[in-house]
Amino acid sequence: MLLSIAASAQTPMDDFFYSSGKIYVVIAVLVIIFLGLAFYLFRLDRKITKLEKKNEA
Amino acid sequence: MRKYWWKIAAVVFIIYAIIGGFLMPAPDNLGIIQKSIRNLHFHVPMWFTMIIMLFTSYIYGIMFLSKSEMKYDSLASSFVKAGMLFGLMGLATGSFWARFTWGTWWVEDAKLNGAAIGIMIYMAYYILRNSIEDDVKRGKFTAVYNLFAFPIFIVLIIVYPRMAETSLHPASGDTVGFSDLDLDNNLRKVFYIATLGWILLGTWIATLKYRVTELTRKDEEI
Repeated sequence: MLLSIAASAQTPMDDFFYSSGKIYVVIAVLVIIFLGLAFYLFRLDRKITKLEKKNEA
Repeated sequence: MRKYWWKIAAVVFIIYAIIGGFLMPAPDNLGIIQKSIRNLHFHVPMWFTMIIMLFTSYIYGIMFLSKSEMKYDSLASSFVKAGMLFGLMGLATGSFWARFTWGTWWVEDAKLNGAAIGIMIYMAYYILRNSIEDDVKRGKFTAVYNLFAFPIFIVLIIVYPRMAETSLHPASGDTVGFSDLDLDNNLRKVFYIATLGWILLGTWIATLKYRVTELTRKDEEI
């Protein structure tokens, strides 16, 4: 079943992520985790900015 | 509107370092290190970021002593906190790396012990902070402590390991730093950007902590 899915990989993106022993999958996972953390920091930053504005008013 | 461009730069640089750290060519066949040479792009920036955070804190400590404005005390303590976060990550990643290169989690080595004592010096900074009730007094005591702590810290983590007779850690004692291994400059292309990215991210975290500290302080004054 898994093999047949791998064999049916056709898009250029599939070809890319199946290549080089799938190391690109690991890199993509790390990038996703880091982007998530960065997004969280941006949200926190915005919330603190709002509080600061409220405090000044 | 606060300026976000350097925060976006921090994220972009670190993502470049994650991708480049895996994919860029590197000297992958060095003795016991092999492909773990790529840890250079992740372990070392932790320490560089910590040093920059603690140096910034040192400067704000001096500014608090000369101007006596509470915001400088908040800045100084926030930067120490961010610095400690990176220092502990440096210790943890270093210990893990050591396990699979030197074969053990910890060795009696000038670089490792110096770093551990250095971290403890800043732990004491927090014990001191938490033990003083009065804001101004706390600011002054900790700023003076910081004045002595930072130079001693630099000696412990950089000067003393270099003066040691032998060491396992690169760039201390009788060992060479990565610049001597990086003959075709492939590591530098990732390492410098990675370091810059993590320093920016550390500054971001420290300023967030600072802004929360200031909000809390102003809230308590009312």
